[in-house]
Amino acid sequence: MSKVYVPRDSAARSVGADEVAAALAAAGHEVVRNGSRGLLFLEPLVEVETRDGRIAYGPVTVADVASLPLATAGAHKLRLGKIEEHPYLKNQERLTFARCGITDPVSVSDYVQHGGFEGLKKALGLAGSAIVAEVTESGLRGRGGAGFPTGIKWKTVHDAQSEQKYICCNADEGDSGTFADRMVMEGDPLMLIEGMTIAAIAVGATRGYVYIRSEYPDAIATMKEAIANATAAGWLGANIQGTDKSFHLEVRRGAGAYICGEETAMLESIEGKRGTVRPKPPIPALEGLFGKPTVINNVLSFAAVPFILAKGGAAYKNYGMGRSRGTLPFQLAGNIRQGGLVEKAFGVTLRELVEGFGGGTFTGKPIRAIQVGGPLGAYVPAAQLDMPMDYETFAAAQAMVGHGGIVVFDESVDMAAQARFAMEFCAIESCGKCTPCRIGSTRGVEVIDKIVAGEDRDANLDLLADLCQTMTDGSLCAMGGLTPMPVLSAIRHFPEDFDKPARLAAE
Amino acid sequence: MSNKTTLLDLSPREATAAREIALRYGNRPDALLEILHDLQEQLGFIPEAALPALAKALNLSRAEVHGVVTFYHDYRREPAGRHVIKVCRAEACQSMGANELVSMIERYLKVKLGQTTADGAITVEAAYCLGNCALSPAVMVDERLVGRVDAQKFEKIVAECRS
Repeated sequence: MSKVYVPRDSAARSVGADEVAAALAAAGHEVVRNGSRGLLFLEPLVEVETRDGRIAYGPVTVADVASLPLATAGAHKLRLGKIEEHPYLKNQERLTFARCGITDPVSVSDYVQHGGFEGLKKALGLAGSAIVAEVTESGLRGRGGAGFPTGIKWKTVHDAQSEQKYICCNADEGDSGTFADRMVMEGDPLMLIEGMTIAAIAVGATRGYVYIRSEYPDAIATMKEAIANATAAGWLGANIQGTDKSFHLEVRRGAGAYICGEETAMLESIEGKRGTVRPKPPIPALEGLFGKPTVINNVLSFAAVPFILAKGGAAYKNYGMGRSRGTLPFQLAGNIRQGGLVEKAFGVTLRELVEGFGGGTFTGKPIRAIQVGGPLGAYVPAAQLDMPMDYETFAAAQAMVGHGGIVVFDESVDMAAQARFAMEFCAIESCGKCTPCRIGSTRGVEVIDKIVAGEDRDANLDLLADLCQTMTDGSLCAMGGLTPMPVLSAIRHFPEDFDKPARLAAE
Repeated sequence: MSNKTTLLDLSPREATAAREIALRYGNRPDALLEILHDLQEQLGFIPEAALPALAKALNLSRAEVHGVVTFYHDYRREPAGRHVIKVCRAEACQSMGANELVSMIERYLKVKLGQTTADGAITVEAAYCLGNCALSPAVMVDERLVGRVDAQKFEKIVAECRS
């Protein structure tokens, strides 16, 4: 009987990986539940171990299991060959996701065998300032979307004087079109633990929290299991690997509030309060969780750190373009034929991602719009597909890279409806603290409805532009501040969708 | 005031459950969200009677506890159906027909999002991203994620929930 791998990733499970794994186990095979390789369009992806490497089949259903020639890894209509040779995987630059899909996610020995904890070992022998210097050298910028230099943030916390400091991981991945954080937590959680522990040693923190959204029950369970295993193996907790360094890590569940992905709202939530946004200053690096200096980073920022420590900041910096250094795990989502996770150096074009890796739309119809960077990101028209993925290039085009989520829409999309939804979503999820966001979003829905109905169209378009300006300038955080981005981009690039009664009358 | 006293007296089980869970977390006020999650798992919802008990245990005001319970979408003030189906309404799922899926579901179950079917089997709710955006449209049945949902798959889910 063969040793086979079937992902435990919740996306794979959502299309039947558990049933396939059970059928394989019932047939007498040794089944390992690995993370997902990120070729989500091929899930459930079954890999069989051979002397020449792992041979993949996919997407496999329970009905296919009996016919899979696993003993010989031979021909079959679902045979994909060596998974590493698959163009979708081969053409990526996987630094963060190098191990995801290969190992049993919660096995410390698997992790160590595949290069895990090399970064932490190095960090344990360095002064905090030297770790911060390495991260600064790498050019890593916050992967949550804002793109703030991680090294500078860490230095602020390092230099702050306090008897207690904290490390908080923002795993409230609420943006539609994003799932890279989830895949890290379900597929390689020990890497996140390692990255957070390195941060703790760098700045002198002894406690940390991973704030995970409640919509991710699998990620929560896997993180807890990984934390317990890392602690048992002496990589977490008191006196890490016999040194005088200690770091205690706890999982906190969110409760279905999108706004808690905003860093100060997340701090309030971890403190057990309503997730309302705090005014800045003071910045969390100086007065964060429980008023103490706190490093807050996204999952992908922490997850990039073990590589940076193990291979050096310069090795990471070698990838990328301009001031966007390193790689970003892009997430191909929505109406796309080959959706999944594609980690590439910054500078890859939207076209290479969406048409090259993604293979165009799922429906086969032409691409009309692509929302990049989550619900607060701009809708990019198909004419701008050749833009390179780079923080500054996108900012110049009044768009944003954000967390690397790429949602494709075909020609059937109604952009006025998408603009309305952006305002509606803001109205549902606003924390209510500041007026431009709380009230502005509801007024935004109403004004868009009037525009679509053809009521004083030009005057209402001006009013909407004015409202968007107020929200952009007057909101406390990015929720109200960036909701105008998808709205205005829809009007800018797809004005015809806001002019339907006029067009109908003309026709 | 008298109304609240009556609720307290009528619901010792709920108040006791709240106190026990709070104690498990060392009565730490920062653990309030975790405590509420556990309480909801145990009782199916957050009963009014639990709020003063929690406030006392955690040394918070009742207004603070009430504020937290009402802020977060997850916490229910009344029991749900035996199963909860969350339907993703966010952009990635919209691009794959989530709005049509929602209409189909509402017609099929004869309820609106946020409501429970007449037989008490299913509460159907909106969710804004389940993190399954490459396999849209997605729903979550209790804690089980389902991708590439169509009418046929949904009917099967409903049949399982009702069996």
